Amino acid sequence: MLDIRRRTGVLLLVVTLGHIFLISVQVQSKAGVPLVQAATFGVFARVQGGTSSALHGGRTFWERYIALRGARIENESLRSQVADLEVRLQEQRTQALRTERLQQLLELKAATPLPTIAADVIAGNPNPGMRTVTIGRGSADGVEADMAVIAPAGIVGRVVGRPAAHAARVQLLIDRYAAAGAVTERTRAGGMVAGVDKDPPLTMELVSNLADVKAGDAVVASGVDGIYPRGFRIGYVETSERGAQLYRTITVRPAVNFSSIEEVLVVLVPSRPAIAEAEAAPGETVR
Amino acid sequence: MLAALAVAIVLQATLSGMWMSAGTRVNLVLVAIVYVALAFGAVTGLLAGTAGGLAQDALAGGIVGIGGLSKTIVGFFVGVLGAQFIVSQPVPRFVMFVGATFVHELCFQAVYALVESRSFSMQYSAVLLQAVVNAVIGVLAFQLVEGAPGLFQRRHSGGGFFGRRRY
Repeated sequence: MLDIRRRTGVLLLVVTLGHIFLISVQVQSKAGVPLVQAATFGVFARVQGGTSSALHGGRTFWERYIALRGARIENESLRSQVADLEVRLQEQRTQALRTERLQQLLELKAATPLPTIAADVIAGNPNPGMRTVTIGRGSADGVEADMAVIAPAGIVGRVVGRPAAHAARVQLLIDRYAAAGAVTERTRAGGMVAGVDKDPPLTMELVSNLADVKAGDAVVASGVDGIYPRGFRIGYVETSERGAQLYRTITVRPAVNFSSIEEVLVVLVPSRPAIAEAEAAPGETVR
Repeated sequence: MLAALAVAIVLQATLSGMWMSAGTRVNLVLVAIVYVALAFGAVTGLLAGTAGGLAQDALAGGIVGIGGLSKTIVGFFVGVLGAQFIVSQPVPRFVMFVGATFVHELCFQAVYALVESRSFSMQYSAVLLQAVVNAVIGVLAFQLVEGAPGLFQRRHSGGGFFGRRRY
């Protein structure tokens, strides 16, 4: 048992602290707050600050390290969701573009007085030397050889070879063995557009040096070849230079973007033997 | 101890009521505390200082605890010094009372200056006067208490101080 008479120092300390506490209760600080309250608040605020810091640190530790055990699974799940959403977004975007293209094709079909049928490009050409594509329409749909194939931007090419029942091969106009009768829209300078292995991939040949052809002139089908409907756009003159002999050297940038053909229209009009340009009527195939 | 303190507080209040300057020229509660500390030791002096100081503070209407703290310190250290030195003679006791009064005033004013955020100041002449008065009263009290038993005994054996003389 504590003998208080032997612990006089402790007793003095306790009593002194008691007095100080008693005085502090009654004395106010400069802010008008009792000293005990101010001191208690100050001490308690520090304790609260320390506790808050400790809790914050603990929570941070928990959230950043311990709780991350489930984050990996969640991360994988989210990555999977993101991948799925990206695929779906891509599908939606593709669908929208396809709808836009089909809309343009539909408008072209409506604006063209010729009988046409829409076809999907279902394959490219496995031979790099040949610039052809395969479309999903064939003889069962009325597609025949040498029928013109067009797109909203202009002439694409012609059907070559014997079509299958539900597929046909189309020779693109930029193929080096392809050619089409053409005139410049501005001056009606006639010639022949042929594919080349250069950039731009088309040249306009057989145009007299005397003809007025300038860069930027639109080049359209003349219809004299008996395949391509007259007046459909082929491309634009990129360079036009006077040639060494009788004809100008003209390069043509195609109107159709051949790198992204997906839907086309096949003009269901059989080809006819080529005739003079003057006999062809606008918007019709030459008969 | 409690009785001495109670008497001292009552007398102090009475004197202050009758004579205003007496409140500043004597501190009977402090005298009682020093007396108790010298007579009974440090712990008793400490407790007496606490009780007497708090009671005086409560009655005075000031900040309760300042007087208690001062008197606690005085009671404790007077008790300690009384145990270490021989203070059975009037002169050492006188010195002890004077010193206790100075220490008490020193603590009292210092704590007040601290809590009121003012500079420390003390009227040394007034403190000296109070110290002397306290010392005189304290020494007389010791003499009275220590002499009373003998006086009482003489009264019973020889008629006493107030008794009828026999011739």
